[in-house]
Amino acid sequence: MNQKLIEWGRACLIFWFLGGFTAFAEAGEVSVGLATNFTTTFKEIAKGFEKETGHRVIVSTGSTGKLFAQIRNGAPFEVFLSADCARPKRLEREGWAVQGSRFTYAVGRLTLWSPKPIGENFLGPQVLSSGAFHYLAIANPKTAPYGRAARQTLRALKLWSRLKSRIVQGENISQTFLFVVTGNAEWGFVALSQVLDPKIGGKGARWDVPLELYEALNQEAVLLVKGRNNPAAQALLDYLKGPKARLVIEKYGYGMG
Amino acid sequence: MVDFTDLNLGPLWLSLQLAGVTVLVLLIIGTPIAWWLAHTRSFFKTAVEAIVALPIVLPPTVLGFYLLVALGPQGLVGAVWHQFTGSALSFTFSGLVIASTLYSMPFVVQPLQGAFEAVGKRPLEVAWSLGASPFDAFLTVASPMAVRGYLTAIVLGFAHTLGEFGVVLMVGGNIPGKTKVISIAIYDHVETLEYTQAHVLSAGLLVFSFIVLLIVYTLNRRLPLQVS
Repeated sequence: MNQKLIEWGRACLIFWFLGGFTAFAEAGEVSVGLATNFTTTFKEIAKGFEKETGHRVIVSTGSTGKLFAQIRNGAPFEVFLSADCARPKRLEREGWAVQGSRFTYAVGRLTLWSPKPIGENFLGPQVLSSGAFHYLAIANPKTAPYGRAARQTLRALKLWSRLKSRIVQGENISQTFLFVVTGNAEWGFVALSQVLDPKIGGKGARWDVPLELYEALNQEAVLLVKGRNNPAAQALLDYLKGPKARLVIEKYGYGMG
Repeated sequence: MVDFTDLNLGPLWLSLQLAGVTVLVLLIIGTPIAWWLAHTRSFFKTAVEAIVALPIVLPPTVLGFYLLVALGPQGLVGAVWHQFTGSALSFTFSGLVIASTLYSMPFVVQPLQGAFEAVGKRPLEVAWSLGASPFDAFLTVASPMAVRGYLTAIVLGFAHTLGEFGVVLMVGGNIPGKTKVISIAIYDHVETLEYTQAHVLSAGLLVFSFIVLLIVYTLNRRLPLQVS
């Protein structure tokens, strides 16, 4: 008799759980192709989004170029958060992305950084032209948007050809950061968001590169054709434009479009 | 028509140099290790065998990450090197040689060990009993007999270093003429949609690797271990 009661209780409990889940009747999943530099920021945004809507976000990170190639070869992403605007534009033109869904979700900031604090008032150009270092790390200018911005900056400062022999290149901005944070390169042009990441906490010395020295790092988001009929995908893009996401994005040192 | 004007063969040359130096280093330090492994009954034998084989199973990112930490100016190895040379090891050709030596170690040590085991102790003991010193016996009796093992070790070590990618990507820093090896150059070409150059270098590496393996297998059949 007692046994039966327990079983009943168990059944009720399961029912109650199921009921809880069906309350999110429209809850869905959205898969996102995400440029690596935005990972930490996006994790925080996605947490808020999942809590508010009940949708689940599945994230695949990679370099913008790699994700771009994957999307054009049938990757199952529904939303693409790029580190540039060229790739989303091209996806739209080639019919991989939904027309008119493209928008700038964040503007990346380039910063010259060293994990060793060297005092408050220092100027990046002075550090660079003093040449008191072995290596300067930048991301690969041919493939990574932050690398291109770094090269533009060095060219604008007329230091590119002088420092060329000391430049080491990371395959992407995360690897570039690793070169600097491990002390293998004394200085590096990295993303401000990386330095402001709670795990780093803004330590060390940095010189935020003035915006006029490099082309704006407009990071664009786009709805991909695979996600056209997924309400969760649209909801995520809407959330990304909203005030709650904006707060997180700015906290990590990104500008807004 | 294929346009070869943009094709830079520097990375290929660098890869060949790296592979050559690495194999040389590995023969020098791999021979005693393999010899010891082939003949010891030590308690540590299995552990050392496992350590030597580690690069086969570890992802290159693990090796690359540890090397980047160890070879840097604050790293254990890098700091000592810094004392003597004034620069760290990361982003240098020497650093890549160290990385490749670790990475290709099993491909040299294992064939050598197999060969030494096949030769056995008997021919050496005979040489000793005839008055040869152990070192002399090794050079004149054991190693000529293990020629097939050496050949396999050299070729595999060389080819494996040539095909190295992940570790170099992490500790190299993509410097033309110093650390930009062929695999990195191919990767760069692919990433920048320069498929023609990528094709040429890739096809070259593919054909080369095939020929190398073909030679190894052919010679292995023709050159029976000269035991008995």
